[in-house]
Amino acid sequence: MTYPVSITVNGARRKHDVEARLLLVLYLRDTLGLTGTNVGCDTSQCGSCTVLMDGKAVKSCTVLAVQADGAKITTIEGLAVDGKLHPLQDAFWEKHGLQCGFCTPGMILTACNLLEKNPRPSEAEIRHGLEGNLCRCTGYQNIVAAVKEAATRMAKA
Amino acid sequence: MASRIFGSAIKRREDPRLITGQAKYTDDFVLPGMAYLTVVRSPYAHAKVLRLRTKKAAAMDGVLGVFTGQQMKDAGFGAIPCAWVVPGSDTKTPAYPPIAIDTVRYAGNAVAIVVARDRYLARDAADAVEVDYEPLPHVADAEKATQKGQPQLHAEAPNNVCFHWKVSGGDVDAAFKAADVVVKERILNQRLIPNAIEPRAALAQYSSAMNEVTLWVTSQNPHIVRFLLSLDTGIPEQKIRVIAPEVGGGFGSKIPHYPEDSMVIFASKMCGVPVKWTETRSENYRATIHGRDHIQDVEMAAKKDGTILALRAKVWANLGAYLSTASTGIPTILHGLMLSGAYDIKNIHEDVYGVFTNTTPTDAYRGAGRPEATFMVERLVELVARKLKMDPADIRKKNFIPPFTDGHTVATGLTYDSGNYIAAFEKALKMLDYAGLRKKQADLRKKGEHIGIGFCTYAEICGLGPSQVAGAVGFGGGLWESAIVRFHPSGKVNVMVGISPHGQGEETTFAQIVASELGVSVDDVEVTHGDTARTPMGWGSYGSRSTPVGSGALMGAIVKIREKSKVVTAHLLEAAVEDIEYDDGKFFVKGSPSKFKTIQDVALMANVAWNYPKGLEPGLEASAFFDPPNFVYPFGAHIAVVRVDTETGEIKLERYVAVDDCGRVINPMIVNGQIHGGVVQGVGQALWEGAAYDESGQLLTGSMMDYALPKAEDFPNLELGMTETPTNVNPLGVKGIGETGTIASTPAVYNAVMDALAPFGVGKLDMPLTPEKVWRALQGARR
Repeated sequence: MTYPVSITVNGARRKHDVEARLLLVLYLRDTLGLTGTNVGCDTSQCGSCTVLMDGKAVKSCTVLAVQADGAKITTIEGLAVDGKLHPLQDAFWEKHGLQCGFCTPGMILTACNLLEKNPRPSEAEIRHGLEGNLCRCTGYQNIVAAVKEAATRMAKA
Repeated sequence: MASRIFGSAIKRREDPRLITGQAKYTDDFVLPGMAYLTVVRSPYAHAKVLRLRTKKAAAMDGVLGVFTGQQMKDAGFGAIPCAWVVPGSDTKTPAYPPIAIDTVRYAGNAVAIVVARDRYLARDAADAVEVDYEPLPHVADAEKATQKGQPQLHAEAPNNVCFHWKVSGGDVDAAFKAADVVVKERILNQRLIPNAIEPRAALAQYSSAMNEVTLWVTSQNPHIVRFLLSLDTGIPEQKIRVIAPEVGGGFGSKIPHYPEDSMVIFASKMCGVPVKWTETRSENYRATIHGRDHIQDVEMAAKKDGTILALRAKVWANLGAYLSTASTGIPTILHGLMLSGAYDIKNIHEDVYGVFTNTTPTDAYRGAGRPEATFMVERLVELVARKLKMDPADIRKKNFIPPFTDGHTVATGLTYDSGNYIAAFEKALKMLDYAGLRKKQADLRKKGEHIGIGFCTYAEICGLGPSQVAGAVGFGGGLWESAIVRFHPSGKVNVMVGISPHGQGEETTFAQIVASELGVSVDDVEVTHGDTARTPMGWGSYGSRSTPVGSGALMGAIVKIREKSKVVTAHLLEAAVEDIEYDDGKFFVKGSPSKFKTIQDVALMANVAWNYPKGLEPGLEASAFFDPPNFVYPFGAHIAVVRVDTETGEIKLERYVAVDDCGRVINPMIVNGQIHGGVVQGVGQALWEGAAYDESGQLLTGSMMDYALPKAEDFPNLELGMTETPTNVNPLGVKGIGETGTIASTPAVYNAVMDALAPFGVGKLDMPLTPEKVWRALQGARR
């Protein structure tokens, strides 16, 4: 039994018939081939699979594709505009906010949502805002610095 | 002369693909006709497998096959080889079948595999495989497992003892007799779960016509995986291509050759399609190796003035149910030889028992053996200081090995390369304002607030290592590295290396080395790694060896390029080869630097070979191998400041000062990043992380919900400092920095908490120092 869904992913409308149990993250990865969104756990702890759903950061491993019917999804692949990196992508690069890069797409999209809600966060607010995203490589320090840097750049823009 | 690119914090060239989602990790690969594999795993810690019913699963829609361990064995797939057998220790190496055949020995042990058209169908079919088990008694604790009457895991290992390894130096008994004070402690260095954020995955494409296979796998060392696969799959080494594409962290857990590597190859062979397996996180917690898990009985002897005389230890190291690739080397060579750390301790003795238990196999986890040694010595130094009422800073200063640049041999027989421990420690104390902080601590105590200051002054062994030593200590491979530097006609450069970084940034640091040593732009250098078909043989990335050993090979190739370039230049400038000099990308006649050829000029001429020295081979390409004469020994001083809430038991890390010395620094941004990550991981062990099994042998901490990993909010900004003491072990004078943070931060934070709790008379707690444990200890102390 499948269900029709129509989901706008990175600006393009996609229509598919999907099983009810298909996770949004596997719809993105396996059905659409958008493998930038990673799966790091199966209990919604790690945040690697974070995408924006109608502008809000969600863990796509705990959203069913059918629940995203009609929604607008932004993945890491859709963040750069006309080949120009998003300020967060740029700041993560500049500040060495990544090592193996596996948590990075989720980290960046969570930070996107964080800065949307709070454009000038304090360091403590950034650290708190990232509590749903785990990184095992960086020790977070440079991620926090990157988010701060991006906030500064975005405020100037 | 090296240009300024060496030593600069340039941005990483790896990052553009990683921040845009274009990087390809193993699970991102999709091949035509590809099927998915799911592993059926034992829910029991120890059981006989009485019967496997696979028919129902095999008949399900979309299922290509259900296979057992016996079928895999019959198809010629052998036991997973153990690649480290510590000599002189009567090591037992029981068979480790990739799929259990008649007995399962830990909860998570594979009993069958299912191959189906998609991930969901494979999981459905796995649930339909019926297995009848007869549960057997089990044991999870390593010390208990060696006692009489305990369940036996392997017939060839009586009392579950895999090996008994010893190390001795000096006269320990005499030193203890002569001691003024002796301190003793039982340390539980708890079991940890590595938690690379990318779970493991493996994808095999087998060709029956050619009997060859390509394996994409989450590995830190594809060449080792290929070598081991040639031993257990029946496919010859030259027919196996192993690709470690983007790898999402490893921390040791992606060193081993795992059963699933063989399973996907077997399944691809049986089903005639490419087969992929991707671990779920809960599966990762049971099926990927764990780390640490030592029970240590330790005693230290000292004189009244604080001079440490001797260290004696007895250790039960939990190896889990089977021997993973390097497991016996971790609690022995990488642990026991480093017991004296940064101190001049002349008398050392340790007995290590490697023990089989009904738990997930253990192996290298960031630090691998050295954290277990460093914690031991750092804790006991602290206890001696406490007993003698000495300042813990003073006792360290008193016992440091004095500064040395040309080797220092310690009691266990290792010769450290270079060190200046006092300098790093003094720098850290200054950054902290130690005297001021002690005063603040005393003032706060009067107000009922409790902060603690904890030290770890460490020296560690990495840059593994000389191959002859590897052979002598039972490691089943070499530990040299290789590199190829290839100049194209356009003057651009491809570099192929045997190491296999997975987040450490060597694509950048190695490009920096080539740029600074050959005078090309860093953007003109491309570094390739992680593919046995595209890179020369190398032993991979672990033991903080990629830069110290890998750069040695790279420098060898660079020197060959320079020498050949001098011959070409001499021909072009009609000069004698001996008169040609090199500086910053230019080759010129001695004394007249205005007459020169650039490396790009040489590269073009060498590639077209129109006007060329007679008898000289065309092309500008060099290949080199580097086998280091010794390990490298980075060192440093870490200081943690914690605040303990005596009402709730909660611990807050207030400050963290780290001064590390990894010799010459190629890219300070990357070095600092390694330290940040390492420190945070080690703090995790001190405060939150710990794997636990329940009475039935089930892993209680079986998911990220139950196993507490460090989060951004748990940390202040770390304060880093550096000293630079080069090594003469490799051409660039560099030491490894991948593991120092993890090695140092666990004891630093532990000692800080104990310092804060000292006024309450709390002398000992087992890690992790959770609020509950601290609160209970405080309640006990108040009673």
